[in-house]
Amino acid sequence: MRAFTYQRADSPAAAAQAVAATKGAKFIAGGTNLLDLVKLEIEVPTHLVDVQDLGLDTIEETDEGGLRIGTLVSNTALSAHPRVRRDYAVLTRAIQAGASGQLRNKATTGGNLLQRTRCSYFYDTNLPCNKRQPGSGCAAINGVSRQLGVIGTSDKCIATYPGDMAVAMRLLDAVVETVKSDGMTRSIPVADFHRLWGDTPHIETVLEPGELITAVTLPRPPGGRHFYHKVRDRRSYAFALVSVAAVIQPDGTGRVAFGGVAPKPWRVEAAEALLPHGAKAVVERAFADARPTRDNSFKIPLAERTLAGVIAEARS
Amino acid sequence: MEFNAPAGENLFDKARIVGKSTPRIDGPLKTTGTAPYAYERHDVAPDAAYGWIVGSAIAKGRITSMDVEDARNAPGVIAVIAAPETKPVGTSPYNHAPLFGGREVAHYHQAIACVVAETFEQARAAAHLIRTRYDREAAEYDLAELAPQAPLADGGKALHKRGDFDAAFDAAPVKIDATYHTPDESHAMMEPHATIASWKGEELTLWTSNQMINWGKEALGQILGIAPEKIRLDSPYIGGGFGGKLFIRADAVLAALASKAAQRPVKIALQRPLIFNNTTHRPATIQRVRLGATRDGRITAVGHENWSGNITGTDGEDGTAQTPKLYAGANRMTANYTATLPLPEGNAMRAPGEAAGHLAFEVAMDELAEALAMCPVELRIKNDPGAEVPGDPSKRFSERHLTRCLKEGAERFGWSKRKAKPGQVREGRWLIGMGVAGGYRGAPIQKSAAGVRLSGDGMLIVETDMTDIGTGSYTIIAQTAAETMGLPLDRVRVELGDSRYPVSSGSGGQWGAASSTAGVYAACLVLRRAIGEKLGFDGDSADFTDGAIRANGKSFALNDAGEMSADGEMTYGDFQSDYDLGTYAGHFCEVAVDAYTGETHIRRMLSVCDAGRILNPLSARSQVIGAMVMSAGAALTEELAVDRRFGYFVNHDLAGYEVPVHADIPHQDVVFLDTLDSVISPLKAKGVGELGICGPGSAVANAVYNATGVRVREYPITLDKYLDRLPAIG
Repeated sequence: MRAFTYQRADSPAAAAQAVAATKGAKFIAGGTNLLDLVKLEIEVPTHLVDVQDLGLDTIEETDEGGLRIGTLVSNTALSAHPRVRRDYAVLTRAIQAGASGQLRNKATTGGNLLQRTRCSYFYDTNLPCNKRQPGSGCAAINGVSRQLGVIGTSDKCIATYPGDMAVAMRLLDAVVETVKSDGMTRSIPVADFHRLWGDTPHIETVLEPGELITAVTLPRPPGGRHFYHKVRDRRSYAFALVSVAAVIQPDGTGRVAFGGVAPKPWRVEAAEALLPHGAKAVVERAFADARPTRDNSFKIPLAERTLAGVIAEARS
Repeated sequence: MEFNAPAGENLFDKARIVGKSTPRIDGPLKTTGTAPYAYERHDVAPDAAYGWIVGSAIAKGRITSMDVEDARNAPGVIAVIAAPETKPVGTSPYNHAPLFGGREVAHYHQAIACVVAETFEQARAAAHLIRTRYDREAAEYDLAELAPQAPLADGGKALHKRGDFDAAFDAAPVKIDATYHTPDESHAMMEPHATIASWKGEELTLWTSNQMINWGKEALGQILGIAPEKIRLDSPYIGGGFGGKLFIRADAVLAALASKAAQRPVKIALQRPLIFNNTTHRPATIQRVRLGATRDGRITAVGHENWSGNITGTDGEDGTAQTPKLYAGANRMTANYTATLPLPEGNAMRAPGEAAGHLAFEVAMDELAEALAMCPVELRIKNDPGAEVPGDPSKRFSERHLTRCLKEGAERFGWSKRKAKPGQVREGRWLIGMGVAGGYRGAPIQKSAAGVRLSGDGMLIVETDMTDIGTGSYTIIAQTAAETMGLPLDRVRVELGDSRYPVSSGSGGQWGAASSTAGVYAACLVLRRAIGEKLGFDGDSADFTDGAIRANGKSFALNDAGEMSADGEMTYGDFQSDYDLGTYAGHFCEVAVDAYTGETHIRRMLSVCDAGRILNPLSARSQVIGAMVMSAGAALTEELAVDRRFGYFVNHDLAGYEVPVHADIPHQDVVFLDTLDSVISPLKAKGVGELGICGPGSAVANAVYNATGVRVREYPITLDKYLDRLPAIG
């Protein structure tokens, strides 16, 4: 870990300004991911702006019948919120499928959206990684890649966005609210929030330097039955091989998003329209452009079988 | 004293303390966080500086340059020890890979530098300023590529034949021929390797975390080129070892070198991401098992070949270890080959040999049972070899109750409900299956010494360099001493892990419990005799009970002896070499496999164990359930993933190396048979800590097959390996 300076911000705009003004500055909230990366010198911030004093830790009803989730609401509090449990159960289930109780107590809503990949080569500073060190190459593409992405990847990077919460938020058409260093605010649909790697895998979201997440808004509840099936090698404290978030309506239509397969929560609206035709049709469409490695090609049939199980449960 | 004939009836046969479930006497210290582990010995070295180890970025080659100037000039830095500036340290017979010094790199994350600073954070920050350049050497890191040319192990001697295996296998009307792969595995203990080192002149003290104090002392003397008498190791509490702390590792070597350079105590813990490649691991194996039988299930041919690799081409993982012992069969062949494989060092991990061997052999038995259309429990019982060791008729079994284990386990587990045909039991989306395996682990016994001391105020103090690696040594030693001296347990204090105490067996190979308690018993007998001489009675025949001594119609109080002390050691006579000393188990498991996703959930596990007298059923049960978890991990989740281009284990942290979590293991039962083994020691007790990892994973694998009808012979059994063979969905 390299030495850095540290300040606590007292307003969202001041926090955004402080980060924008200092090269190499980053926000810190729960720190569950950032501190690990800083200790390993995968992240080398020069300055940390702590946003934990900003409030922004409440969940409020919106006029439209949805919820506005403050960026500092912990994963634990969000998953346990009565309205979330009742109307957005897929979100509760997704959050509780991730990490451990201790980590969820500390992890925040905004921070979780920014969780970085868990690719082993990203984590080992002895190995080339275009995400960690642009231009150095990708050790994963011909390496151990069982856990890595099958779609939306590039020749520069095959990492995944590893989280669970964002997969449910994508399914729910959530919107990220931000404030920029000039005080302007904007709303970014979760669908547009994470970028595909392309030639710049080190740039992971559409956030501008200093832009701070202040809240995530959920629109009105979608109804239907909610599912989050996370497939992994052990039953806790493991990242998804594949996860399926789904809301299925009584008529068999619905929404579906996949986690653990791509640089972002993977939802293809044209594919989910095929839900009444079954899992095979949905997955063939959603993964039509997949480019798996030999190690991880199983993820596509696994996605299909997992979705088939969800559909069968929805019918039962 | 020498144990030179099987034990007759003795005081342990009417024991009041030994053999009773007893909570660990160190339990409150551990549950309150007040048992100080090596890195937390603030009392012994309050002024310790902090060391941080830098690991090699390449697996094989040579350091061409190392720039340490920025690190040396960094804030708080006291010393930087760089491998290219340091003469390679010596080697000991216990380790294969070089530990430190010089420009040659033998494996990934080999220690190449150590930064010492006033604070941990300063040492870590400075370490990242070291810039190293290498000449990388190409090498073959794929065991499967190297195996065909690998020579026989043990200098060409690891080929054992009886009868005519080839002819018998060819002629057998029913046979199986299957090849299994087990991956490299890591001990993944909770407490990292850690040491505080301090020099006083030429005398070196290490507060460390080590299973084998005397081996460590001798080895460190060889490594540093100093007399072992100048070295003291102290290791009273150890947060798990599983074989990973049998030997001196880089933390101890560099703490010693760094403390000399810094001229003050230095503490070092191996960083978690270094442990997997810097230290030792269980090597991967490829195992081919061929079994032939008559149509009624009598085994006529047993063939087991094993290939593994290691950094120097010696001491790989011998999966054939249990094969000569388990089942009958007149025609046999075992062979063990070890390739030179420049991955990090392979070395002992819990039940070295047998743990991996059962994952092949006991699944092969399941495959044979199916080929015979026979119950796999019955097949094992039918091939009970009787009194002689089938692979070595020069030896007899001392005690062997595998058949009882299997029968009792089958009864308790509800084995009769198992459907022989796989894939038949369905509960909603779940495919349900049951599996069984036999288990064998050798019960080696080692000489072991202890000192015992009466304080004069009613306390008995036991001192031995025996270690408690989380196993319960403190408690069984206290039980043994209390029993022998006729004292209540709370009048015994046990001091362990200090090289100034008499040399014990240490903890390894599941020999610790049996060996160390026998040593303590020997010391207590010497003390009893000394007390008898002082007070005028025969210490051997006197009755020591409740702090009182009754002899020749007279009665004494133990306190009448005043302050006294005695040392004793138990050694073992040649008569034991006529016997095979082993422990046995019947393991059972039920799994549910998701018919859609292939996820395997263990539902329940049972192990019925035959290990002689169980000294403390409570802590013995803990040993077995922990080992069953480890075996379940070997079956389903654990694998050090090898990058075959760069030659290292990629998933080198506890997020990537997946040991089972609580949610994976819902229900476990352990049953101990009430057997005694009079050949092993006066206590008639054998270890259980490794028995529990020999077979449960095979029972898991056999249960997965019974649930799905899909046989996966490449561990761990992860869903990607059989998803395409599961029943179609629709």
